[in-house]
Amino acid sequence: MLAVDGVSLRVHAGEVVALIGPDGAGKSTTMRLLCGVLRADEGEIRLAGLDLRTDLEAARGKVGYLPQRFSLYGELTVEENLRFLAEVRGLPRQDWRSRSTEILEFVDLADVADRRAEALSGGMRQKLGLAAALVHRPGILILDEPTGGVDPVTRQLFWQLIIRLLRDGVGVLVSTPYMDEAARCSRLAFMDRGRIVLEGAPTDLRDRMKWQIVEIVGDPLPGLRKLASQDARVLDLQRFGDRLHLRLDRVDLPSVEADLRARAAQAGVRLTSLRPIPAGLEDVFLAQLQPESRAP
Amino acid sequence: MTEPVAIADELTKRFGDFTAVDRVSFEVAEGEVVGYLGPNGSGKTTTIRLMLGLLRPTSGHARLLGYDTQTQAEAIRAQVGYMSQRFALYDELTAWENLSFYAGVYGITDARPLAVEFERLHLQAVRDTRAGELPLGFRQRLALATAIVHKPPLLILDEPTSGVDPAARREFWDLIYDLSESGVTAFVTTHYMDEAEYCGRVGIMRRGRLLAMDSPSHLKQTALHGRAWDVFGEPVLEALDALGRIRGVYRAGLAGDHLRALTEPHVGGKELTGMLEAEGIHTPRVVSVEPSLEDVFLSLADA
Repeated sequence: MLAVDGVSLRVHAGEVVALIGPDGAGKSTTMRLLCGVLRADEGEIRLAGLDLRTDLEAARGKVGYLPQRFSLYGELTVEENLRFLAEVRGLPRQDWRSRSTEILEFVDLADVADRRAEALSGGMRQKLGLAAALVHRPGILILDEPTGGVDPVTRQLFWQLIIRLLRDGVGVLVSTPYMDEAARCSRLAFMDRGRIVLEGAPTDLRDRMKWQIVEIVGDPLPGLRKLASQDARVLDLQRFGDRLHLRLDRVDLPSVEADLRARAAQAGVRLTSLRPIPAGLEDVFLAQLQPESRAP
Repeated sequence: MTEPVAIADELTKRFGDFTAVDRVSFEVAEGEVVGYLGPNGSGKTTTIRLMLGLLRPTSGHARLLGYDTQTQAEAIRAQVGYMSQRFALYDELTAWENLSFYAGVYGITDARPLAVEFERLHLQAVRDTRAGELPLGFRQRLALATAIVHKPPLLILDEPTSGVDPAARREFWDLIYDLSESGVTAFVTTHYMDEAEYCGRVGIMRRGRLLAMDSPSHLKQTALHGRAWDVFGEPVLEALDALGRIRGVYRAGLAGDHLRALTEPHVGGKELTGMLEAEGIHTPRVVSVEPSLEDVFLSLADA
Protein backbone atom coordinates (compact mmCIF):
# COMPACT_ATOMS: atom_id res chain seq x y z
CA MET A 1 0.00 0.00 0.00
CA LEU A 2 1.20 3.47 -0.93
CA ALA A 3 0.18 5.54 2.10
CA VAL A 4 1.99 8.70 1.06
CA ASP A 5 2.80 9.19 -2.59
CA GLY A 6 5.18 11.81 -3.93
CA VAL A 7 4.27 14.52 -1.43
CA SER A 8 6.13 17.83 -1.61
CA LEU A 9 5.43 20.39 1.06
CA ARG A 10 7.18 23.47 2.38
CA VAL A 11 6.45 25.25 5.65
CA HIS A 12 8.21 28.57 6.23
CA ALA A 13 9.10 30.17 9.52
CA GLY A 14 6.14 32.09 10.93
CA GLU A 15 3.63 30.29 8.75
CA VAL A 16 0.84 27.89 9.66
CA VAL A 17 -0.05 25.32 7.02
CA ALA A 18 -3.11 23.06 7.32
CA LEU A 19 -3.17 19.52 6.07
CA ILE A 20 -6.76 18.58 5.26
CA GLY A 21 -8.46 15.70 3.49
CA PRO A 22 -10.70 12.70 4.07
CA ASP A 23 -9.95 10.01 6.66
CA GLY A 24 -7.22 7.70 5.45
CA ALA A 25 -5.79 10.24 2.98
CA GLY A 26 -2.32 10.00 4.52
CA LYS A 27 -2.23 13.14 6.69
CA SER A 28 -1.08 11.46 9.91
CA THR A 29 1.45 9.33 8.04
CA THR A 30 2.90 12.44 6.39
CA MET A 31 3.26 14.04 9.80
CA ARG A 32 4.93 10.97 11.25
CA LEU A 33 7.38 10.96 8.34
CA LEU A 34 8.16 14.63 8.85
CA CYS A 35 9.04 14.28 12.49
CA GLY A 36 11.14 11.19 11.95
CA VAL A 37 8.86 8.69 13.68
CA LEU A 38 8.51 6.81 10.38
CA ARG A 39 11.11 6.49 7.64
CA ALA A 40 10.26 7.49 4.10
CA ASP A 41 11.00 4.96 1.33
CA GLU A 42 11.90 7.74 -1.07
CA GLY A 43 12.28 11.48 -1.03
CA GLU A 44 14.00 14.01 1.12
CA ILE A 45 12.99 15.75 4.34
CA ARG A 46 14.83 18.79 5.64
CA LEU A 47 13.99 20.31 9.00
CA ALA A 48 15.45 23.71 9.82
CA GLY A 49 18.08 23.00 7.17
CA LEU A 50 19.00 19.57 8.53
CA ASP A 51 18.63 16.42 6.48
CA LEU A 52 16.49 13.94 8.39
CA ARG A 53 18.30 10.93 6.83
CA THR A 54 21.82 11.94 7.68
CA ASP A 55 21.21 14.03 10.79
CA LEU A 56 18.32 12.22 12.42
CA GLU A 57 18.81 13.17 16.07
CA ALA A 58 19.64 16.83 15.49
CA ALA A 59 16.82 17.22 12.97
CA ARG A 60 14.30 15.59 15.33
CA GLY A 61 15.34 18.02 18.03
CA LYS A 62 14.05 20.87 15.86
CA VAL A 63 10.51 19.48 15.82
CA GLY A 64 7.73 19.43 18.37
CA TYR A 65 5.08 16.86 17.57
CA LEU A 66 1.62 16.48 19.08
CA PRO A 67 0.13 13.20 17.87
CA GLN A 68 -3.60 12.64 17.62
CA ARG A 69 -3.52 10.28 20.58
CA PHE A 70 -0.88 10.80 23.21
CA SER A 71 -0.39 9.36 26.65
CA LEU A 72 0.13 11.20 29.85
CA TYR A 73 0.90 9.65 33.19
CA GLY A 74 -2.47 10.00 34.92
CA GLU A 75 -0.93 9.51 38.35
CA LEU A 76 1.67 12.22 37.83
CA THR A 77 0.96 15.92 38.14
CA VAL A 78 1.00 18.31 35.20
CA GLU A 79 4.47 19.52 36.13
CA GLU A 80 5.83 16.01 36.71
CA ASN A 81 4.56 14.93 33.30
CA LEU A 82 6.32 17.87 31.72
CA ARG A 83 9.51 17.19 33.63
CA PHE A 84 9.50 13.59 32.50
CA LEU A 85 9.16 14.67 28.88
CA ALA A 86 11.84 17.31 29.30
CA GLU A 87 14.23 14.63 30.49
CA VAL A 88 13.34 12.35 27.59
CA ARG A 89 13.95 15.29 25.28
CA GLY A 90 17.39 15.73 26.81
CA LEU A 91 16.79 19.17 28.27
CA PRO A 92 19.62 19.98 30.73
CA ARG A 93 18.60 19.43 34.36
CA GLN A 94 19.38 23.01 35.42
CA ASP A 95 17.15 24.29 32.60
CA TRP A 96 14.01 22.33 33.08
CA ARG A 97 12.40 24.10 36.05
CA SER A 98 12.53 27.57 34.54
CA ARG A 99 11.42 26.16 31.22
CA SER A 100 8.48 24.27 32.72
CA THR A 101 7.30 27.38 34.57
CA GLU A 102 7.60 29.40 31.39
CA ILE A 103 5.80 26.88 29.21
CA LEU A 104 3.00 26.24 31.73
CA GLU A 105 2.38 29.97 31.89
CA PHE A 106 2.38 30.12 28.11
CA VAL A 107 -0.36 27.48 27.79
CA ASP A 108 -2.19 28.88 30.84
CA LEU A 109 -1.78 25.78 33.00
CA ALA A 110 0.39 27.31 35.75
CA ASP A 111 -2.57 27.25 38.15
CA VAL A 112 -2.97 23.50 37.79
CA ALA A 113 0.72 22.55 37.79
CA ASP A 114 0.14 20.32 40.82
CA ARG A 115 -3.02 18.69 39.55
CA ARG A 116 -2.84 15.06 38.50
CA ALA A 117 -3.06 14.64 34.74
CA GLU A 118 -6.04 12.29 35.02
CA ALA A 119 -8.07 15.11 36.59
CA LEU A 120 -7.64 17.48 33.63
CA SER A 121 -10.50 18.48 31.33
CA GLY A 122 -10.20 17.69 27.60
CA GLY A 123 -9.07 21.22 26.80
CA MET A 124 -6.43 21.28 29.54
CA ARG A 125 -5.17 17.90 28.41
CA GLN A 126 -4.63 19.22 24.89
CA LYS A 127 -2.85 22.27 26.26
CA LEU A 128 -0.55 20.03 28.26
CA GLY A 129 0.09 18.06 25.08
CA LEU A 130 1.05 21.31 23.36
CA ALA A 131 3.31 22.26 26.28
CA ALA A 132 5.00 18.87 26.02
CA ALA A 133 5.60 19.35 22.29
CA LEU A 134 7.13 22.78 22.96
CA VAL A 135 9.28 21.94 25.96
CA HIS A 136 12.56 21.82 24.00
CA ARG A 137 11.84 25.07 22.10
CA PRO A 138 11.40 23.56 18.63
CA GLY A 139 11.35 25.82 15.56
CA ILE A 140 8.86 23.53 13.86
CA LEU A 141 5.60 22.36 15.34
CA ILE A 142 3.56 19.47 13.95
CA LEU A 143 0.05 19.14 15.37
CA ASP A 144 -2.18 16.22 14.38
CA GLU A 145 -5.81 17.25 15.00
CA PRO A 146 -4.93 19.16 18.16
CA THR A 147 -8.42 20.45 18.96
CA GLY A 148 -10.36 17.16 18.95
CA GLY A 149 -12.91 17.23 21.76
CA VAL A 150 -12.02 20.78 22.78
CA ASP A 151 -14.79 23.36 23.31
CA PRO A 152 -14.91 26.55 21.17
CA VAL A 153 -13.64 28.92 23.83
CA THR A 154 -10.60 26.72 24.49
CA ARG A 155 -10.11 26.30 20.73
CA GLN A 156 -9.89 30.09 20.45
CA LEU A 157 -7.23 30.12 23.16
CA PHE A 158 -5.38 27.30 21.45
CA TRP A 159 -5.25 29.28 18.21
CA GLN A 160 -4.12 32.39 20.04
CA LEU A 161 -1.20 30.33 21.35
CA ILE A 162 -0.40 29.22 17.82
CA ILE A 163 -0.42 32.84 16.64
CA ARG A 164 2.04 33.77 19.39
CA LEU A 165 4.31 30.95 18.26
CA LEU A 166 4.11 32.17 14.65
CA ARG A 167 5.25 35.57 15.86
CA ASP A 168 8.30 33.97 17.37
CA GLY A 169 9.05 32.52 13.97
CA VAL A 170 7.88 28.97 14.60
CA GLY A 171 6.62 27.16 11.49
CA VAL A 172 3.46 25.14 12.15
CA LEU A 173 1.89 22.24 10.27
CA VAL A 174 -1.55 21.28 11.57
CA SER A 175 -4.14 18.76 10.46
CA THR A 176 -7.82 19.32 11.18
CA PRO A 177 -11.21 17.97 10.14
CA TYR A 178 -12.76 21.38 10.87
CA MET A 179 -12.92 23.81 7.98
CA ASP A 180 -13.38 26.83 10.24
CA GLU A 181 -9.94 26.01 11.66
CA ALA A 182 -8.42 25.36 8.26
CA ALA A 183 -9.64 28.83 7.25
CA ARG A 184 -7.33 30.38 9.83
CA CYS A 185 -4.20 28.97 8.22
CA SER A 186 -1.82 30.75 5.84
CA ARG A 187 -1.96 27.88 3.36
CA LEU A 188 -3.87 24.66 2.93
CA ALA A 189 -2.67 21.40 1.46
CA PHE A 190 -5.49 19.06 0.53
CA MET A 191 -4.54 15.36 0.60
CA ASP A 192 -6.44 12.55 -1.04
CA ARG A 193 -5.22 8.95 -1.39
CA GLY A 194 -1.69 9.76 -0.34
CA ARG A 195 -1.17 12.74 -2.64
CA ILE A 196 -1.46 16.49 -2.25
CA VAL A 197 -4.08 17.34 -4.85
CA LEU A 198 -4.67 21.00 -4.12
CA GLU A 199 -2.67 23.69 -2.38
CA GLY A 200 -3.06 27.40 -1.74
CA ALA A 201 -4.18 30.15 0.61
CA PRO A 202 -7.78 29.76 1.84
CA THR A 203 -8.93 32.81 -0.13
CA ASP A 204 -7.18 31.48 -3.23
CA LEU A 205 -8.80 28.08 -3.04
CA ARG A 206 -12.23 29.64 -2.66
CA ASP A 207 -11.63 32.03 -5.57
CA ARG A 208 -10.21 29.28 -7.75
CA MET A 209 -13.33 27.13 -7.42
CA LYS A 210 -14.59 27.04 -10.96
CA TRP A 211 -18.16 26.35 -9.91
CA GLN A 212 -20.81 28.61 -8.49
CA ILE A 213 -22.40 27.79 -5.16
CA VAL A 214 -26.04 28.83 -4.96
CA GLU A 215 -28.01 28.97 -1.74
CA ILE A 216 -31.74 28.36 -1.94
CA VAL A 217 -34.31 28.62 0.82
CA GLY A 218 -37.94 27.61 0.61
CA ASP A 219 -40.81 25.58 1.89
CA PRO A 220 -41.15 22.64 2.03
CA LEU A 221 -37.42 22.10 1.76
CA PRO A 222 -37.60 18.37 0.86
CA GLY A 223 -39.85 19.27 -2.09
CA LEU A 224 -37.42 21.93 -3.23
CA ARG A 225 -34.56 19.50 -2.85
CA LYS A 226 -36.33 17.00 -5.06
CA LEU A 227 -36.94 19.61 -7.77
CA ALA A 228 -33.32 20.75 -7.72
CA SER A 229 -32.02 17.19 -7.82
CA GLN A 230 -33.95 16.54 -11.06
CA ASP A 231 -31.91 19.20 -12.88
CA ALA A 232 -28.86 17.60 -14.49
CA ARG A 233 -27.03 20.96 -14.46
CA VAL A 234 -27.04 20.83 -10.66
CA LEU A 235 -23.77 18.99 -10.08
CA ASP A 236 -24.14 18.64 -6.34
CA LEU A 237 -26.77 19.33 -3.77
CA GLN A 238 -26.41 19.57 -0.02
CA ARG A 239 -28.88 20.47 2.68
CA PHE A 240 -27.66 22.67 5.52
CA GLY A 241 -30.44 23.02 8.08
CA ASP A 242 -32.98 25.40 6.59
CA ARG A 243 -31.26 25.87 3.22
CA LEU A 244 -29.80 24.02 0.27
CA HIS A 245 -26.45 24.55 -1.42
CA LEU A 246 -26.33 23.81 -5.13
CA ARG A 247 -23.10 23.53 -7.08
CA LEU A 248 -23.25 24.35 -10.77
CA ASP A 249 -21.30 25.73 -13.69
CA ARG A 250 -21.32 29.53 -13.58
CA VAL A 251 -22.82 29.78 -17.06
CA ASP A 252 -25.80 27.67 -16.03
CA LEU A 253 -26.89 29.97 -13.19
CA PRO A 254 -29.54 32.03 -15.09
CA SER A 255 -31.16 29.04 -16.78
CA VAL A 256 -31.14 26.88 -13.65
CA GLU A 257 -32.71 29.72 -11.70
CA ALA A 258 -35.45 30.33 -14.30
CA ASP A 259 -36.26 26.62 -14.53
CA LEU A 260 -36.31 26.11 -10.79
CA ARG A 261 -38.60 29.09 -10.24
CA ALA A 262 -41.00 27.86 -12.90
CA ARG A 263 -41.06 24.29 -11.66
CA ALA A 264 -41.41 25.38 -8.03
CA ALA A 265 -44.46 27.50 -8.92
CA GLN A 266 -45.93 24.57 -10.83
CA ALA A 267 -45.37 22.13 -7.97
CA GLY A 268 -46.71 24.51 -5.33
CA VAL A 269 -43.34 24.71 -3.60
CA ARG A 270 -42.32 28.10 -2.25
CA LEU A 271 -38.88 29.32 -3.30
CA THR A 272 -38.21 32.16 -0.86
CA SER A 273 -34.69 33.01 -1.84
CA LEU A 274 -32.07 32.03 -4.38
CA ARG A 275 -28.68 33.69 -4.36
CA PRO A 276 -25.15 32.92 -5.48
CA ILE A 277 -22.85 32.81 -2.48
CA PRO A 278 -19.07 32.68 -2.17
CA ALA A 279 -17.79 29.12 -1.86
CA GLY A 280 -16.76 28.07 1.62
CA LEU A 281 -13.85 25.77 2.33
CA GLU A 282 -16.35 23.02 3.03
CA ASP A 283 -17.64 23.45 -0.55
CA VAL A 284 -14.06 23.33 -1.86
CA PHE A 285 -13.44 20.17 0.15
CA LEU A 286 -16.56 18.38 -1.06
CA ALA A 287 -16.11 19.46 -4.69
CA GLN A 288 -12.57 18.14 -4.62
CA LEU A 289 -13.86 14.69 -3.69
CA GLN A 290 -16.42 14.58 -6.50
CA PRO A 291 -15.27 12.36 -9.37
CA GLU A 292 -15.68 14.93 -12.17
CA SER A 293 -13.36 17.39 -10.47
CA ARG A 294 -10.46 15.04 -9.85
CA ALA A 295 -7.22 15.77 -11.55
CA PRO A 296 -6.68 13.29 -14.42
CA MET B 1 -53.22 22.84 16.43
CA THR B 2 -51.04 19.95 17.54
CA GLU B 3 -48.86 20.38 20.57
CA PRO B 4 -45.18 21.07 19.87
CA VAL B 5 -42.91 18.06 20.43
CA ALA B 6 -40.98 19.97 23.07
CA ILE B 7 -41.94 22.92 25.26
CA ALA B 8 -39.58 24.46 27.79
CA ASP B 9 -41.08 27.21 29.89
CA GLU B 10 -38.74 29.30 32.05
CA LEU B 11 -36.78 26.15 32.82
CA THR B 12 -34.26 26.77 35.61
CA LYS B 13 -31.83 24.49 37.40
CA ARG B 14 -29.61 25.54 40.28
CA PHE B 15 -26.96 23.45 41.97
CA GLY B 16 -26.30 25.34 45.20
CA ASP B 17 -25.18 28.84 44.17
CA PHE B 18 -24.54 27.79 40.59
CA THR B 19 -27.30 28.37 38.06
CA ALA B 20 -26.70 25.73 35.39
CA VAL B 21 -29.84 26.55 33.39
CA ASP B 22 -31.37 29.99 33.73
CA ARG B 23 -34.98 30.64 32.60
CA VAL B 24 -34.71 28.79 29.32
CA SER B 25 -37.80 28.76 27.11
CA PHE B 26 -38.30 27.29 23.65
CA GLU B 27 -40.66 25.22 21.54
CA VAL B 28 -39.76 22.59 18.98
CA ALA B 29 -42.09 21.26 16.27
CA GLU B 30 -42.21 17.69 14.99
CA GLY B 31 -39.44 16.84 12.54
CA GLU B 32 -37.25 19.78 13.49
CA VAL B 33 -33.49 19.37 13.88
CA VAL B 34 -32.49 21.74 16.67
CA GLY B 35 -28.94 22.35 17.76
CA TYR B 36 -27.74 23.60 21.13
CA LEU B 37 -24.41 25.31 20.70
CA GLY B 38 -22.21 26.40 23.56
CA PRO B 39 -18.95 25.72 25.36
CA ASN B 40 -18.59 23.09 28.10
CA GLY B 41 -20.56 24.10 31.15
CA SER B 42 -22.92 26.42 29.25
CA GLY B 43 -25.96 24.36 30.21
CA LYS B 44 -26.60 22.36 27.02
CA THR B 45 -26.46 18.93 28.59
CA THR B 46 -28.30 20.02 31.75
CA THR B 47 -31.10 21.39 29.55
CA ILE B 48 -31.36 18.07 27.73
CA ARG B 49 -31.38 16.15 31.01
CA LEU B 50 -34.17 18.39 32.31
CA MET B 51 -36.12 17.78 29.10
CA LEU B 52 -35.77 14.02 29.55
CA GLY B 53 -36.89 14.17 33.17
CA LEU B 54 -33.53 12.90 34.39
CA LEU B 55 -33.22 16.01 36.55
CA ARG B 56 -35.90 18.01 38.36
CA PRO B 57 -35.97 21.70 37.50
CA THR B 58 -35.60 24.19 40.37
CA SER B 59 -38.38 26.16 38.70
CA GLY B 60 -40.23 26.28 35.41
CA HIS B 61 -41.55 23.28 33.56
CA ALA B 62 -41.22 21.33 30.39
CA ARG B 63 -43.22 18.97 28.23
CA LEU B 64 -41.80 16.49 25.77
CA LEU B 65 -43.71 14.33 23.27
CA GLY B 66 -46.94 15.31 25.01
CA TYR B 67 -45.76 14.18 28.44
CA ASP B 68 -44.93 16.19 31.53
CA THR B 69 -41.19 15.77 32.12
CA GLN B 70 -41.57 15.61 35.90
CA THR B 71 -44.45 13.20 36.31
CA GLN B 72 -44.15 11.11 33.15
CA ALA B 73 -40.41 10.74 32.70
CA GLU B 74 -40.58 6.95 32.24
CA ALA B 75 -42.92 7.27 29.29
CA ILE B 76 -40.59 9.83 27.70
CA ARG B 77 -37.45 7.76 28.03
CA ALA B 78 -38.98 4.79 26.22
CA GLN B 79 -39.48 7.05 23.19
CA VAL B 80 -36.06 8.62 22.97
CA GLY B 81 -32.99 7.46 21.08
CA TYR B 82 -29.66 8.68 22.38
CA MET B 83 -26.32 8.83 20.62
CA SER B 84 -23.41 10.14 22.61
CA GLN B 85 -19.99 11.25 21.44
CA ARG B 86 -18.65 8.32 23.42
CA PHE B 87 -20.62 5.66 21.62
CA ALA B 88 -21.84 2.77 23.68
CA LEU B 89 -20.62 0.19 21.17
CA TYR B 90 -19.08 -3.14 22.11
CA ASP B 91 -15.69 -3.15 20.41
CA GLU B 92 -15.35 -6.93 20.55
CA LEU B 93 -18.69 -7.52 18.83
CA THR B 94 -19.20 -7.16 15.08
CA ALA B 95 -21.30 -4.33 13.68
CA TRP B 96 -24.25 -6.68 13.18
CA GLU B 97 -23.90 -8.19 16.66
CA ASN B 98 -23.94 -4.71 18.17
CA LEU B 99 -27.18 -3.88 16.42
CA SER B 100 -28.78 -7.24 17.32
CA PHE B 101 -27.77 -6.75 20.91
CA TYR B 102 -29.47 -3.35 21.16
CA ALA B 103 -32.53 -4.69 19.35
CA GLY B 104 -32.72 -7.46 21.97
CA VAL B 105 -32.64 -4.90 24.76
CA TYR B 106 -35.80 -3.37 23.28
CA GLY B 107 -37.40 -6.78 22.75
CA ILE B 108 -37.02 -6.69 18.96
CA THR B 109 -36.33 -10.20 17.69
CA ASP B 110 -37.27 -9.94 14.02
CA ALA B 111 -34.03 -9.55 12.05
CA ARG B 112 -35.66 -8.40 8.80
CA PRO B 113 -36.33 -4.75 9.72
CA LEU B 114 -32.86 -4.61 11.23
CA ALA B 115 -31.32 -5.79 7.97
CA VAL B 116 -33.24 -3.10 6.09
CA GLU B 117 -31.98 -0.46 8.50
CA PHE B 118 -28.44 -1.79 8.15
CA GLU B 119 -28.65 -1.42 4.40
CA ARG B 120 -30.10 2.08 4.62
CA LEU B 121 -27.25 3.26 6.86
CA HIS B 122 -24.66 1.82 4.44
CA LEU B 123 -23.35 -0.65 6.99
CA GLN B 124 -23.72 -3.84 4.97
CA ALA B 125 -20.08 -3.82 3.87
CA VAL B 126 -18.83 -3.91 7.47
CA ARG B 127 -21.48 -6.29 8.83
CA ASP B 128 -18.93 -8.79 10.17
CA THR B 129 -16.22 -6.34 11.16
CA ARG B 130 -15.63 -5.86 14.86
CA ALA B 131 -16.82 -2.44 16.00
CA GLY B 132 -13.42 -1.66 17.50
CA GLU B 133 -11.81 -1.93 14.06
CA LEU B 134 -14.25 0.32 12.20
CA PRO B 135 -13.23 3.74 10.88
CA LEU B 136 -14.84 6.61 12.78
CA GLY B 137 -17.43 7.40 10.09
CA PHE B 138 -18.75 3.82 10.20
CA ARG B 139 -18.75 3.80 14.00
CA GLN B 140 -20.88 6.92 13.98
CA ARG B 141 -23.40 5.37 11.63
CA LEU B 142 -23.46 2.16 13.66
CA ALA B 143 -24.03 4.17 16.84
CA LEU B 144 -26.90 5.90 15.06
CA ALA B 145 -28.34 2.52 14.03
CA THR B 146 -28.33 1.30 17.64
CA ALA B 147 -29.90 4.58 18.83
CA ILE B 148 -32.86 4.30 16.43
CA VAL B 149 -33.41 0.54 16.61
CA HIS B 150 -36.68 1.03 18.56
CA LYS B 151 -37.89 3.73 16.12
CA PRO B 152 -37.98 6.59 18.63
CA PRO B 153 -39.80 9.78 17.61
CA LEU B 154 -37.11 11.85 19.32
CA LEU B 155 -33.39 11.56 18.83
CA ILE B 156 -30.72 13.16 21.01
CA LEU B 157 -27.34 13.50 19.36
CA ASP B 158 -24.36 14.59 21.39
CA GLU B 159 -21.65 15.86 18.99
CA PRO B 160 -22.55 13.12 16.52
CA THR B 161 -19.93 14.00 13.90
CA SER B 162 -17.08 15.36 15.93
CA GLY B 163 -13.71 14.43 14.48
CA VAL B 164 -14.81 13.32 11.01
CA ASP B 165 -14.00 15.01 7.73
CA PRO B 166 -16.63 17.07 5.86
CA ALA B 167 -17.47 14.22 3.46
CA ALA B 168 -18.29 11.75 6.25
CA ARG B 169 -20.12 14.46 8.18
CA ARG B 170 -22.28 15.19 5.18
CA GLU B 171 -23.16 11.52 4.70
CA PHE B 172 -24.22 11.28 8.34
CA TRP B 173 -26.39 14.37 8.17
CA ASP B 174 -28.18 13.17 5.08
CA LEU B 175 -29.34 10.23 7.21
CA ILE B 176 -30.54 12.60 9.92
CA TYR B 177 -32.48 14.62 7.33
CA ASP B 178 -34.14 11.41 6.08
CA LEU B 179 -35.25 10.68 9.64
CA SER B 180 -36.41 14.27 10.09
CA GLU B 181 -38.46 14.10 6.89
CA SER B 182 -40.20 11.02 8.28
CA GLY B 183 -41.19 13.03 11.36
CA VAL B 184 -38.38 12.26 13.80
CA THR B 185 -37.34 15.27 15.87
CA ALA B 186 -33.67 15.65 16.75
CA PHE B 187 -31.87 17.60 19.46
CA VAL B 188 -28.19 18.05 18.76
CA THR B 189 -25.74 19.32 21.34
CA THR B 190 -22.46 20.46 19.91
CA HIS B 191 -19.62 22.88 20.25
CA TYR B 192 -18.65 22.72 16.60
CA MET B 193 -19.86 25.41 14.20
CA ASP B 194 -19.45 23.01 11.26
CA GLU B 195 -22.01 20.75 12.91
CA ALA B 196 -24.37 23.54 13.98
CA GLU B 197 -24.58 24.69 10.33
CA TYR B 198 -26.52 21.51 9.57
CA CYS B 199 -29.26 22.21 12.13
CA GLY B 200 -32.58 23.75 11.12
CA ARG B 201 -32.46 25.99 14.18
CA VAL B 202 -29.63 26.65 16.56
CA GLY B 203 -29.87 27.78 20.16
CA ILE B 204 -26.76 29.55 21.42
CA MET B 205 -26.11 28.89 25.09
CA ARG B 206 -23.78 30.65 27.45
CA ARG B 207 -23.66 30.47 31.23
CA GLY B 208 -27.03 28.76 31.45
CA ARG B 209 -28.86 31.29 29.28
CA LEU B 210 -30.32 30.66 25.86
CA LEU B 211 -28.98 33.80 24.16
CA ALA B 212 -30.62 33.30 20.78
CA MET B 213 -32.43 30.58 18.88
CA ASP B 214 -33.02 30.74 15.16
CA SER B 215 -31.99 29.22 11.84
CA PRO B 216 -28.28 29.57 11.06
CA SER B 217 -29.04 31.96 8.18
CA HIS B 218 -31.25 34.20 10.33
CA LEU B 219 -28.72 34.20 13.12
CA LYS B 220 -26.09 35.38 10.64
CA GLN B 221 -28.38 38.11 9.30
CA THR B 222 -29.75 39.37 12.59
CA ALA B 223 -27.91 38.23 15.70
CA LEU B 224 -24.47 39.72 15.18
CA HIS B 225 -23.66 42.72 17.27
CA GLY B 226 -22.16 45.24 14.83
CA ARG B 227 -20.45 44.22 11.58
CA ALA B 228 -18.04 41.62 10.28
CA TRP B 229 -15.05 42.48 8.05
CA ASP B 230 -12.35 40.70 6.11
CA VAL B 231 -9.26 42.80 6.57
CA PHE B 232 -6.29 42.40 4.24
CA GLY B 233 -3.45 44.16 6.00
CA GLU B 234 0.28 43.54 5.92
CA PRO B 235 2.20 42.15 7.64
CA VAL B 236 -0.74 40.12 8.81
CA LEU B 237 0.35 39.48 12.44
CA GLU B 238 1.17 43.14 12.99
CA ALA B 239 -2.19 44.04 11.50
CA LEU B 240 -3.76 41.69 14.06
CA ASP B 241 -2.04 43.56 16.90
CA ALA B 242 -3.08 46.90 15.44
CA LEU B 243 -6.74 45.82 15.23
CA GLY B 244 -6.57 44.96 18.92
CA ARG B 245 -5.64 48.60 19.65
CA ILE B 246 -8.38 50.20 17.55
CA ARG B 247 -11.49 51.43 19.35
CA GLY B 248 -14.70 49.97 18.03
CA VAL B 249 -13.06 46.67 17.10
CA TYR B 250 -14.22 44.15 19.68
CA ARG B 251 -12.78 41.00 18.16
CA ALA B 252 -10.03 40.23 15.68
CA GLY B 253 -8.67 36.90 14.57
CA LEU B 254 -6.45 35.30 11.99
CA ALA B 255 -8.34 34.05 8.93
CA GLY B 256 -5.54 32.52 6.91
CA ASP B 257 -3.90 35.12 4.71
CA HIS B 258 -6.09 37.89 6.13
CA LEU B 259 -7.94 38.86 9.30
CA ARG B 260 -11.54 38.70 10.42
CA ALA B 261 -12.69 41.61 12.56
CA LEU B 262 -15.94 42.28 14.39
CA THR B 263 -16.70 45.92 15.03
CA GLU B 264 -19.32 48.09 16.69
CA PRO B 265 -22.15 49.01 14.30
CA HIS B 266 -20.93 52.58 13.67
CA VAL B 267 -17.50 51.58 12.31
CA GLY B 268 -17.21 51.85 8.51
CA GLY B 269 -14.76 50.32 6.05
CA LYS B 270 -12.97 53.54 5.14
CA GLU B 271 -12.62 54.41 8.80
CA LEU B 272 -11.16 50.98 9.55
CA THR B 273 -8.68 51.27 6.68
CA GLY B 274 -7.70 54.77 7.85
CA MET B 275 -7.11 53.66 11.42
CA LEU B 276 -4.98 50.73 10.27
CA GLU B 277 -2.91 52.91 7.93
CA ALA B 278 -2.42 55.32 10.84
CA GLU B 279 -1.00 52.40 12.81
CA GLY B 280 1.50 51.88 9.99
CA ILE B 281 -0.25 48.86 8.46
CA HIS B 282 -0.45 48.71 4.70
CA THR B 283 -4.13 47.90 4.16
CA PRO B 284 -5.07 47.39 0.51
CA ARG B 285 -8.51 45.92 1.16
CA VAL B 286 -11.22 45.90 3.83
CA VAL B 287 -14.40 44.06 2.83
CA SER B 288 -17.72 43.92 4.67
CA VAL B 289 -18.74 40.24 4.84
CA GLU B 290 -21.63 38.11 5.96
CA PRO B 291 -20.74 36.87 9.42
CA SER B 292 -20.12 33.20 10.03
CA LEU B 293 -21.93 31.29 12.73
CA GLU B 294 -18.72 31.47 14.72
CA ASP B 295 -18.71 35.29 14.47
CA VAL B 296 -22.28 35.33 15.79
CA PHE B 297 -21.38 32.93 18.57
CA LEU B 298 -18.36 34.96 19.62
CA SER B 299 -20.19 38.26 19.42
CA LEU B 300 -23.01 36.95 21.64
CA ALA B 301 -20.52 35.39 24.01
CA ASP B 302 -18.73 38.72 24.41
CA ALA B 303 -21.84 40.81 24.91
